[in-house]
Amino acid sequence: MNTHSPARFPYTPPPELSGNGELRVPVAIVGAGPVGVACAIDLALQGVKAVVLDDNDTVSTGSRAICYAKRTLEVLDRLGCAETVVGRGVCWNVGKVFHRDRLAYQFDLLPEGGHKHPAFVNLQQYLLEEAMLARLQEVGGEVRWKNRVAGAAPDGGGVTLSVETPDGAYRVRADWVIACDGARSPMRDYLGLEWRGQIFRDRFLIADVHMVGDYPTERWFWFDPPFHPNQSVLLHRQADDVWRIDFQLGWDADPEEERKPERVIPRIRAMLGDDRPFELEWVSVYTFQCRRLDRFVHGRVMFAGDAAHQVSPFGARGANSGIQDADNLCWKLARVVRGEAGPALLETYDRERVAAADENILNSTRSTDFITPKSATSRLFRDAVLDLSVKHPFARRLVNSGRLSMPTTYRDSALDTPDADAFVSALVPGSPAADAPVRIAGRASWLLDCVGGSPAVLMFAAPERDAELEQLVALASGAKVVVVVPAGGGAPARDGIMVAEDVDGLAARRYGAAPGTIYLLRPDQHVAARWRRWDAQAFEHALARAIGRTEVSAHAA
Amino acid sequence: MRLETEPNIPAPDDFYQALIDAHAGLDDRRSAALNARLVLLLANHVGDLEALREAIALARDGL
Ligand SMILES: Cc1cc2nc3c(=O)[nH]c(=O)nc-3n(C[C@H](O)[C@H](O)[C@H](O)COP(=O)(O)OP(=O)(O)OC[C@H]3O[C@@H](n4cnc5c(N)ncnc54)[C@H](O)[C@@H]3O)c2cc1C
Repeated sequence: MNTHSPARFPYTPPPELSGNGELRVPVAIVGAGPVGVACAIDLALQGVKAVVLDDNDTVSTGSRAICYAKRTLEVLDRLGCAETVVGRGVCWNVGKVFHRDRLAYQFDLLPEGGHKHPAFVNLQQYLLEEAMLARLQEVGGEVRWKNRVAGAAPDGGGVTLSVETPDGAYRVRADWVIACDGARSPMRDYLGLEWRGQIFRDRFLIADVHMVGDYPTERWFWFDPPFHPNQSVLLHRQADDVWRIDFQLGWDADPEEERKPERVIPRIRAMLGDDRPFELEWVSVYTFQCRRLDRFVHGRVMFAGDAAHQVSPFGARGANSGIQDADNLCWKLARVVRGEAGPALLETYDRERVAAADENILNSTRSTDFITPKSATSRLFRDAVLDLSVKHPFARRLVNSGRLSMPTTYRDSALDTPDADAFVSALVPGSPAADAPVRIAGRASWLLDCVGGSPAVLMFAAPERDAELEQLVALASGAKVVVVVPAGGGAPARDGIMVAEDVDGLAARRYGAAPGTIYLLRPDQHVAARWRRWDAQAFEHALARAIGRTEVSAHAA
Repeated sequence: MRLETEPNIPAPDDFYQALIDAHAGLDDRRSAALNARLVLLLANHVGDLEALREAIALARDGL
């Protein structure tokens, strides 16, 4: 029995088959996985026409991504589909680490309050995709199912895609193409791009198991347990009483044999240690690799998600980083399509997200080295860390069974303006903006709900001189202006500004803000610049730079 | 150099004996485990990543 039967989406014969055989579109997106769909929603919200082409007619099957981090939830929220994901998803805070036959230690993530979204939620990838596709439909996006991209011919002015459908072939002529066609990315082949990196010599069995009962919503990780000696095991809860279990198998395991229920069921039985009933929903055996394209932007083709980079699953960075690629790319592409910025703005996508991919690869490689030590000495240290972790908190910090996916700070980006004033805050130019509870027109809300999609200015406390605000609103053309005032405070009512009451003082604290502090945020909610006091000229420069209004030099520091 | 490489242990012979004594009665596997734990405990005590990197480089020198 399966808890989920994947939705099938209707294929409709493309009108071009009976017309002139060519669709012209500003943006074509190849692949309707989570990344392609995120791009499609974002572009639709930006008013840019895009069509998604997918060779399949359903969401992903089986167990893939399960864990979505806070930043991803914030992006999904901006796109308008976080509610379903958080609502259906499972929140957990307690993790247990077992070593051999005992509990080494347990931790409670004790999430910091005052954020709209939890540190992360667990949800099966197919449910995430269904929620995203429902949202795409709402915003009028178009997916062409069973439309396989069979070739791509880029030239200076655009890209011609050859598309195959059950009823025949046609062409899509797009000014820009986003390749979100997954880890095997045919688009990479069509462009003749190299795909290099490290392949890990290990195999993992992943099983989705349905079991109903009073089981704690915790993450359990075993190193070298008696029921699976010398290997690791992970147990994680997903929605609808489905549990994900990962068994490390080692390189010599036979993937065909290991997939068989008669081998899988005893493993799970031994792990559970009792005879509670469970049903197997999905089993697969996989190996993994860490690799990325040298560049994510190739003329008029941009690569995003697994097509651009692949990481090991430890730390749940695949889907998370792919959705963050979309977040970074789409506002830039929209500006270029609308003629508001030159293609140099897209270079910053390449720089910023290549750096993010490297950070993710580094993190997941480190987790892999801890979980699968590659030498006897590495194993010796790993076990020493685990032994010490029973009594010594310092050693727990060294245990690495996957680090939480954290968003990348776009340090030294061409879009950032370096600080000229002193700030005491965890934020720096390039950081994702911090959330905080606020009150807008008497209603409880969140700071991040007020920004995003377009540039935004946060001005802490209403300026003493009304003229400053007037000047800010005038210069901010196209940017949202949010005046953040202390609880109970007010600000002059004026067209084009939003007044957010900092109900708990957390906004001021997280931004290291004093009255007069100004933050400029990019459309993807990352910090572009900040000042201690209003300076019209500096602001104008920073805004132009942040959105690529002037030709941004990709080499500018 | 952030790592102290000038003499810094007041009673060097006492330290050395304590180190060797700690291994008494342990087979090679347990001895290796003890050394690994010791490195981790001492590294945490030092805390300074630069100093630790210097120590790692010096220890590796000539091997
Ligand atoms: C076994 C497994 C376990 C995983 N576990 C985790 C995990 O625990 N945590 C995590 O974060 N990530 C995990 N991942 C990774 C995660 O699933 C991916 O990072 C995520 O799906 C990437 O999304 P994407 O949109 O880039 O690509 P995909 O989801 O792969 O989507 C690509 C889409 O492109 C379509 N396509 C391909 N070729 C063509 C073509 N020629 N024409 C048209 N369409 C095409 C495909 O049909 C597909 O719909 C796992 C992946 C696998 C395989």
